[in-house]
Amino acid sequence: MTEFLFFLLSAAALLSAVFVVVSRKPVASVMFLIVTLFSLAGLFVLLEAHFLAAVQVIVYAGAIMVLFLFVVMLLNLGHVELPDFRSAMARLLAGAFGIALAAFTAWTLLNGSDPLTAYGASAADPIQSVLKARGAIGALAVPLFRTYLVPFEVTSLLLLVAIIGSVVLARKEAP
Amino acid sequence: METLTGAHFVWMTIFKVVLFFTLLMLMVGGVVMFERKVAGFIQDRSGPNRVGPWGLLQTMADGIKFLLKEETYPDAAQAVFYLLAPVMAMVPATILFAVIPFASPLPTGWGLVHMIVADVPVGFLYVLAIGSFGVYGVVMAGWSSGSKYAFLGGMRGSAQMISYEVGLALTLVPIVLLGGGVRIPDLISLQQGFTGQGPATLGMWLFLPLGVSFLLFFITGLAETKRIPFDLPEAEAELIAGYHTEYSAMKFGMFFLGEYAHMLTTAALITVFFLGGWDIPFWHGDNIRVLADGTVIGDPTWWKTVLTFLSFTIKTSLLVTVFVWIRWTLPRFRYDQLMELGWKFVIVAATAYVFVVAGSVLVLDRLGVHFGLPYAAILTGVNVVLLGLLLFVVDRGRLARGAAYTVTRGLGRASRRSGTGPAAAGRS
Repeated sequence: MTEFLFFLLSAAALLSAVFVVVSRKPVASVMFLIVTLFSLAGLFVLLEAHFLAAVQVIVYAGAIMVLFLFVVMLLNLGHVELPDFRSAMARLLAGAFGIALAAFTAWTLLNGSDPLTAYGASAADPIQSVLKARGAIGALAVPLFRTYLVPFEVTSLLLLVAIIGSVVLARKEAP
Repeated sequence: METLTGAHFVWMTIFKVVLFFTLLMLMVGGVVMFERKVAGFIQDRSGPNRVGPWGLLQTMADGIKFLLKEETYPDAAQAVFYLLAPVMAMVPATILFAVIPFASPLPTGWGLVHMIVADVPVGFLYVLAIGSFGVYGVVMAGWSSGSKYAFLGGMRGSAQMISYEVGLALTLVPIVLLGGGVRIPDLISLQQGFTGQGPATLGMWLFLPLGVSFLLFFITGLAETKRIPFDLPEAEAELIAGYHTEYSAMKFGMFFLGEYAHMLTTAALITVFFLGGWDIPFWHGDNIRVLADGTVIGDPTWWKTVLTFLSFTIKTSLLVTVFVWIRWTLPRFRYDQLMELGWKFVIVAATAYVFVVAGSVLVLDRLGVHFGLPYAAILTGVNVVLLGLLLFVVDRGRLARGAAYTVTRGLGRASRRSGTGPAAAGRS
């Protein structure tokens, strides 16, 4: 059952990801991206990462994609089939980088160490033991707010900078 | 008594899904009838009174009409999205019901049956996740219809629902601070009060110790249901029928069912979060909870399940009555008022409230106040003061007294001057 669900969700994620790129209508692209994100959330659930799945849906599928859709509609891009405006050079570079990224990921998966054992969780079922001890949210919250507190806060600073930047850019009149 | 396992669990879950879905649809029919009768009462007329005794079969007649009317299909519509939109509007509202506990656990021959379809580990984060999906139905309907009125309704709907979701999520943070978890059955235990085994509990319905959250959740929940005074996406005086202008027959029917299911869901969520869920007040016989390791505390019996189900139904129905009452009493917000209420009042107040509750919890823990009734009583006191401040100082009594809410500065004027914002969006 789990295996079947894994393949189903992976296929949905990959196929819709391809359609995001291939589709000519911006709104269709956005909708396919939502399917991708939702399938990823399903994969997270299969990995017992319930909290991550919930946050994936709340933040990406529920909020960010709605904003995407909102902007696409506000500019009324939806009904126009955009011609491909990218140059041949850009396409070539994008393809090269894509293949490089895929190769790097494959190499890491084949040669790299298992992330769970790398962090010292060598017990028979590390995920279950952590989940039982701290619950679905505690399992993520404790490392995030103890071990990785500084990177976490730095990331939030980055977001703040992005917000301030967009406000400055969007502002038309002088303050 | 053991909880269900294996094949019994699977069959019982399938049975519960079918049962609860049927129940929900029946209740939706009932609420539609109830709303029309109350509307008649409020407007001093009879309401529906032609079909069946006292007009009670009117909803069934309407249902048959939904099925038999012509399915129209506008030329300008975008095929797939136009057909998908009603589904996207109805599904989130119905599957939200999966995580709501209806009654105390029922003991059966195979084991203890929980009166909840899915007890998910992420609890009410599921509610937020699925709730945020409701907006897609509105947006897709508005955009794919190929009509200006529908489009404007869809734009309004998406802006409104995004704005109020932030506030909705923030009002639930204080519950996590008090409950220390997100599992929904645990929230009901928190409000029932237990001593001894398991984590400590408050023993008071959360609408008292978290009064401000209750008020703000009520407002944002109402905004999410898109009913008057928050029905700008439909606004029949301005936009014909808003985002579902181009829909007929059962496709419209699905929007309609989705809206009423959403109203019921919101009422049920308020009941679970703030009114003790299925708890019966002033009686400790129904204090039943199942700990994380499967230990059952309390004494579940079948008649307690029936009684607690009645308690849950009564509370939810009362809230639905308030929703109906509000709809037939208040006028619609203006767009800038809606945005001001969402961004400048609800979100600010909810954020500040998170800090206040966190501070109170810290102080009370430091003072060593017993986590239980005394704790809840002190928090209630804090909340009475806060509510007074909120309603009569920050809001200057406008919400409480119902005085005219006038906007002389801020979003409305600024946006007209600079040519951006909602006023300009309406013109494009």
